[in-house]
Amino acid sequence: MKRLFVAGALLAVTASLSFAGAVEDRQAVMKSMGKALGPLAAIAKGENAFDAGVVEQNLTALNEAAQKLDVAALFPEGSTTGETEALPAIWENMADFQERADKLKADVAEVASAVPADQAGVQAALGKIGQNCGGCHENYRMKKN
Amino acid sequence: MSKTTLGRLVLVVVVLGVAGGLVLFYLSGPNRLSQETVAALPEGDAARGERVFWAAGCTSCHARPGAEGDAILELAGGLELKTPFGTFVAPNISSDQQDGIGGWSAGDFANAMLRGVAPDGSHYYPAFPYASYARMRPADIADLYAFMRTLPAVPGAAPGHVLGFPFTIRRGLGLWKRLYLDPEPVIALGPDADDKTRAGRYLVEGPGHCGECHTPRAFTGGSKTNEWLAGAAAAEGDGIVPNITAGEGGLSWSAGDIAYYLESGFTPDFDTVGGAMVAVQKNMARLPAEDREAIAAYLKAVPPRPNGYPARD
Repeated sequence: MKRLFVAGALLAVTASLSFAGAVEDRQAVMKSMGKALGPLAAIAKGENAFDAGVVEQNLTALNEAAQKLDVAALFPEGSTTGETEALPAIWENMADFQERADKLKADVAEVASAVPADQAGVQAALGKIGQNCGGCHENYRMKKN
Repeated sequence: MSKTTLGRLVLVVVVLGVAGGLVLFYLSGPNRLSQETVAALPEGDAARGERVFWAAGCTSCHARPGAEGDAILELAGGLELKTPFGTFVAPNISSDQQDGIGGWSAGDFANAMLRGVAPDGSHYYPAFPYASYARMRPADIADLYAFMRTLPAVPGAAPGHVLGFPFTIRRGLGLWKRLYLDPEPVIALGPDADDKTRAGRYLVEGPGHCGECHTPRAFTGGSKTNEWLAGAAAAEGDGIVPNITAGEGGLSWSAGDIAYYLESGFTPDFDTVGGAMVAVQKNMARLPAEDREAIAAYLKAVPPRPNGYPARD
């Protein structure tokens, strides 16, 4: 019995540790996407002049980050504890969540494969990508502070 | 105490009770727009009304839950808003004659928007944000009315609200309105405030009804205007709605950042819009750029307040 308890406790600890890893990993993916979006948005907003090199470099980085969005690995069931804003709705609607993640990856890959040639193109690209961000964050993320 | 004294006392109590009841009854009655105001409503323009429609965010609550694409123009209702007062269900406000508002006159519509009064004289619950809409210009109401008549008629009434006592007594809302229904602006702007900031005040405080979620509420459900836009615990769930003043914990964004966020959904640090704000941002993205710039200018002019919700550890 005691052994079972210890095993259970160990299992629980490992589980929460691995969740912590998943939470950190998915936040890192989100952050790297955000980082790549920054220079693109500066061009879309007109704060910086259009620069094909900057656009290509950041779209590539964005695509690399987006393709790391492996739902099964980054969103294991039950990983809602600790420093996360992920809502339980993710696991209640996993098919929809997975579909949205796949669409984000496809949209980013598409944009990255045909690098926009001017400011208007960057605006259109960000519009297409941004729909995906909001689409998921609408139902699956809750702001805590 | 003699019998006659006791009798008199009872009489006094009864008379006072009846008088008090009459006063409460009077105070809680529907306060409709005057006939002159209704008669003076201009003929609405549907094209201008579309801009009002997106600013006022009608579809965010009145479209079927989860509707996307053109379906957001089918205002069949049905969205549930689970609040501490109970569950409110957004009604059908499509142009359907029976189940929607297709049979309404412009005056009926203006009374609903500006006074929260239904055509039959009953009060609407302030889940319908008429406390904000009350600040709208009658001409905009007329335009919105004209636009909404062009939207599809969708048959089927939405289910009713599910509320606990005493919130089931609609008449009591008449008293609530005496406290919280005020067409005057919340934030006084100095004479040096420019037209853009004033336009933003109108959009935010009136049709945009931003304060309904971003301002904390008293236990009565009324907005605490002394903590205007300071952020609040969300009405649903245990999340928060951010402080959008420049106070501690609030927005440090530039006016350009705010306008760009409303257009694209991207924050300056490349997080993105989330939660209920997603639907709002989509509406804002449909407005002309000058409206988003006006909103940004106003938000920069709002007095800074610390967060209107308790800190978490």
